[in-house]
Amino acid sequence: MQAIIDFFQKFVDIFITRGMYQMVLDGLKNTAIITLGALAIGVVIGTLIAVIKYFAEDSKALRPLALLCDIYTTVVRGIPMVVLLMIFYFIILVHAEGIVVGIVAFGINSGAYMAELIRSGINAVNVGQMEAGRSLGLSKMQTMRKIILPQAVRYILPAIGNELIALVKETSVAGYVAVVDVTRALFLIRNNTFQSVVTLTLLAAIYLVIVIILTRLLKLLERRLSTNDKRRKS
Amino acid sequence: MINVVNLEKHFGGENVLNGINTEINKGDVVCVIGPSGSGKSTFLRCLNMLEKPTGGKIIFEGDDLTDKHIDLNAHRQKMGMVFQQFNLFPHMTILDNLTTAPVMLKKRTKQQAQEKALELLARVGLADRAKDYPSQLSGGQQQRVAIVRALCMEPDVMLFDEPTSALDPEMVGEVLDVMKELANEGMTMVVVTHEMGFAREVANRILFLADGVIAEEGTPDAIFNHPQSERLQSFLAKVL
Ligand SMILES: Nc1ncnc2c1ncn2[C@@H]1O[C@H](COP(=O)(O)OP(=O)(O)OP(=O)(O)O)[C@@H](O)[C@H]1O
Ligand SMILES: [Mg+2]
Repeated sequence: MQAIIDFFQKFVDIFITRGMYQMVLDGLKNTAIITLGALAIGVVIGTLIAVIKYFAEDSKALRPLALLCDIYTTVVRGIPMVVLLMIFYFIILVHAEGIVVGIVAFGINSGAYMAELIRSGINAVNVGQMEAGRSLGLSKMQTMRKIILPQAVRYILPAIGNELIALVKETSVAGYVAVVDVTRALFLIRNNTFQSVVTLTLLAAIYLVIVIILTRLLKLLERRLSTNDKRRKS
Repeated sequence: MINVVNLEKHFGGENVLNGINTEINKGDVVCVIGPSGSGKSTFLRCLNMLEKPTGGKIIFEGDDLTDKHIDLNAHRQKMGMVFQQFNLFPHMTILDNLTTAPVMLKKRTKQQAQEKALELLARVGLADRAKDYPSQLSGGQQQRVAIVRALCMEPDVMLFDEPTSALDPEMVGEVLDVMKELANEGMTMVVVTHEMGFAREVANRILFLADGVIAEEGTPDAIFNHPQSERLQSFLAKVL
């Protein structure tokens, strides 16, 4: 009992009385910026690669580009995230701020995984859909945009959600490039106060809550799409 | 309208079409019949280049579609196609299914496209389903929508690949009726079909495909009542 009271006293003292909650909020903001920025970059890169590879299947001119995409995904997937992050910070984007480096590096990493995901979504769409589009006189690109991709996204939405959840947790290494994300913020507070239990418990709880909320939101989104489907199937 | 010259199609080592020569004229209703695997679908899909011929020419309204430099998309706008599996766009309402291509290809404004779509939908008896999604419709209804989708592009010719084969028997009639009406209005049609009754009644010419060539062709009377080749006779004996 005393331990619990102790815990809360320290908690209130550190975060409220000494005002360190502000650091946590700022950290959360950075975590959110990196995650969402990286997700956006990842989706764009992933879609681009998936579409290039789809088109390269029957266009010789695109083969070199497709090969380049393969090299990109292979290389990126073969390098640990922290190492990739450091390479971008110290070698490629030397003059950029840490948070920009974070967004770019996580985005490039996520793009490599997204590419495979989106490609599997495209492949899951019935080939008759492309043929129907083409038979109406739509170009391959127009059909891809209006007919194939919207259906592909529905197939892979749960997987994109998982990618997002993995991404949030992965950004906890952003501190390596001088970004004060929520992890870094609580590490700093711990160094200041020597209160490992309070700070690390809070940190773990924050990630847990974020993940639970995201999972809920995704379920909701999926359910909304599937009630659409049910309405359609009735 | 369509001139097929020495059309050949090989899949790997398999020769599916071995030199097909025929002509589809304006107002023709040509039915293509033949045993399973004889290359009927392949032939039809070569006409709008969904399959790339490995030899020969497809001349459509004076232009050779097998020419690398031809604008295929522009020509395909004038060749409607109806598939066995309907291939409606499941993520769009019926109305969007019908208007997406005309609007994207700038054939019509959205407003005009919707008016045209609703008018054609009404003609196939589905005006009240415009806001529904394809999966809310029966197979026969979906196929009628698919026909309307092709018609919304105001094609010069309509290609049908076994449009009733995926339907429950009680729905075949409603689709064939729409096709008959289309034929009566003078639409040029090429129809791959197993519906011999339809072919006999509506076609003005029948192509019998076997072993990748047109083994026999003629009027419905000639084909059904006076088949010449043994192949056709034995085929008809099986299907009639
Ligand atoms: N994409 C393809 N790749 C390889 N072989 C193919 C392909 N499409 C068709 N074929 C082959 O070509 C032959 C003719 O096929 P096609 O679908 O044109 O026949 P069909 O006359 O339409 O038959 P059915 O009445 O069963 O529809 C078949 O042996 C088939 O296996
Ligand atoms: Mg067929």
